[in-house]
Amino acid sequence: MKKVSSGIKTADKVFHVATGIAASSPVLFLLAIAAVVVVQSIPSIRLMGWHFITGIEWNVGNTYGALMHKNGVTAAAGASFGALPFIIGTLASSVIALMIAIPVALFTALILAYRLHGWVQWIVSILVELLAGIPSVVIGLWGMVVLAPFVAHGLGPVLTHVGVLIPYFRGPVGTGMGLLTSGIVLAVMVVPIITATTRDLLQQVPVLYREGGIGLGMTTWEVVRYIAVPYIREGFIGAIALGWGRAMGETMAVLMVSGNAINFLPHNLYSPISSMAAVIASQLDSAMSDGSGMAVHALSELALVLLGLTLLTNLLARLLVSRTHHRRQGVRA
Amino acid sequence: MRTAHSRWRKWQANVGWGASWLATALVLFGLADLVITIVGRGAVSFRWSMLTHVIQSTPSGLQNAILGTLELVVLATLMAAPLGILGGVYVSEFAPLQVAKTIRFLTEVLSGVPSIVVGYFGYLLMVLAWGWKFSALAGGFALTVIMLPYILRNTEASLQQVPLSLREAAWGLGMTRFQAISRVIWRPAASGMATGVLMAIAIGMGETAPLLYTAGWSSVNPNFQLVHSQVGYLTYVVWTYIEQPYESAHQLAYSAAFLLLLVVLFINVVVRALLTRRSLRG
Repeated sequence: MKKVSSGIKTADKVFHVATGIAASSPVLFLLAIAAVVVVQSIPSIRLMGWHFITGIEWNVGNTYGALMHKNGVTAAAGASFGALPFIIGTLASSVIALMIAIPVALFTALILAYRLHGWVQWIVSILVELLAGIPSVVIGLWGMVVLAPFVAHGLGPVLTHVGVLIPYFRGPVGTGMGLLTSGIVLAVMVVPIITATTRDLLQQVPVLYREGGIGLGMTTWEVVRYIAVPYIREGFIGAIALGWGRAMGETMAVLMVSGNAINFLPHNLYSPISSMAAVIASQLDSAMSDGSGMAVHALSELALVLLGLTLLTNLLARLLVSRTHHRRQGVRA
Repeated sequence: MRTAHSRWRKWQANVGWGASWLATALVLFGLADLVITIVGRGAVSFRWSMLTHVIQSTPSGLQNAILGTLELVVLATLMAAPLGILGGVYVSEFAPLQVAKTIRFLTEVLSGVPSIVVGYFGYLLMVLAWGWKFSALAGGFALTVIMLPYILRNTEASLQQVPLSLREAAWGLGMTRFQAISRVIWRPAASGMATGVLMAIAIGMGETAPLLYTAGWSSVNPNFQLVHSQVGYLTYVVWTYIEQPYESAHQLAYSAAFLLLLVVLFINVVVRALLTRRSLRG
C-alpha cells in the first residue's frame, strides 16, 4: 500500500487555508468599504450635521479664498453641503422606475412562465436577460439620443394633459433631460432583473395548485391572480426590492439623462434632477480642487447615505426571498 | 349557460393576457430599438483606422481606450478569478453550513453595493491614502470588487451540482480533499466556472462608475505601469465624447458604444451556448 506522503498532506493544508482566505475576501472588501466611507465622512458630518440631509445648497465654497473653521473642522469659506435635492432625485427617479417596471416585469414574467413554451420561451428569456447585460453607458447613450427627444416631443406633451388631474404632470416639458427620462432609463435596467426572478418564482408554483384552480372552473387569468401571484408574493416583493437597490445605485445612465440639476428641488415630472450616485461621479473635479479637502469628505458622506439605502433594500430583498424559499419547503404539493 | 358574469370574467382574462402580451412586446421592442440604434449609428461611425490610432491623433481613434480597457479587465480578472474560484471552492467544499451561509449572504450584499461607491472607496483608499494616484492598479482593484461576487457565486453553485457520490468515490480511492478537488470534482463544474468568469469579464468591461475615480483618463496608449499613471477606457469615451459639440467626437462615442455592445453580446452568447450544452448533457 502506498502511504500518503507528507508533501501531499501539506498541499492539502495549504489549499484549505488558501481557499479560506479567498472566501473571506468578499467579507473583507465589504467591511473595508464600509469602514473607509464612514471614517472619511466624519469631518463632513461634523461640519454639516443634520443639515446634510435637509439642506438644498451644495457649494464647495470659495476654493481660492480664506478657510473657514466651524465645529472643529476646516472648510473653504462659504462651503455648504446640502444633499436633499440628490436624495430626493435618487428616491423619485427610482420610484418612477419601479412604477413602470413592476407591471411590465410581472406581465412579461407571466408570459414567459405560462404562455410561451419550448424554444420560443428559451429565445425570449435570453433576450430579456441580454437586456440586463448591456453596459449602463450604452443604455445611457440610447436614453440621450432616442428617449430624451421622445419624452420632449412625444410622451411629455401627451402627459401634460394629465396635469389637469395631477399637478406634477403639468409642463413645461423642457429638453427631455430630467426626472421622467431618468425613471424610464432606470426602468429599462430594472425590468430584466425583476422579470428573471419573477419568472423563476412563477415556474416554481406547483402545477397541482394551478390545475386545481382550472378544475374549479377558474379562467387562466383567475388562476394567475388568485393562486400564482399570491403564492409568489413575498419573493416578488423581494425581487422588487432588489431592483430598487439597483436603480438607486445606478450612476452612468442617470448621469447622462438627468440634466444634472444642482441646488434646486424638482418641481414637476420633467424637471432636471440629479441622483446621489450621479453627483458623486460628476463632482470629481470640484472635489479635487478643494484645498481644504472638505468636498472629498462631503462626497464620502453622500456615498455613505447611498450605501446605507442600498444595503437596507438589499437586506429586505434577501429576507423576503429566503422566506418564500422556507415556506415552499413547508408546503410541498 | 352564458351569464353576464361569466362574460365579464372572460373579458377580464382577455384584458389581463392582452396587457401581458403588450408588456412583453414593449420589453422586446425596447431591446430591439436600443440594439438597432447603437449598432446602426456605431456601424456608420466606425472606421477600421480607429483601431490603430489614439484619440488625439488624426484621424482620431480608440486604440488607447481599447488597450486601456483590456489592461484594466485583465488586471481585474487576474485578481478576481483566483479569489472567486478558490473562495467558491471553500464555500462549497470546506465551509461549515453556517459559515457558508454567511459568506454567501455577504457576497450577495457586496454585489448590491453601488458601483460608484466602490469607485469612491478606491479613490479614498488607494488613490489618496496609499498614494497610487489615478492608476491601472487602482482601477483594476475597483473592478475586482465588482467582479468577485459573480465568480464566487457561479463557482460555488456549479460545484454544488457535482454529485456527492463523485466525491465519495475520490475519497474512497484515498485521495485527500485537495487531490479530490484538483483531479476529479472540478471537471464537471468547469463550464459553470468558466461561465462565471466570462460573465464577470463582460460586466467589468461595461463598467464606468468604479473607474472614474480610480483609473482616471489618458489620451495616449497605456504604458503598462501599475501605479502613478492614468489609463483610458472605452466607457469613458462614450460618456464624455457624446457631450461634445463635434460630429467627430460623436462618431468616437458611437463607435466605442458599438464595440462594447458587440463584445458584451458576444460574451453573453458564448455563455448561453456553454450553459445550453451543459443542460443538454446533464
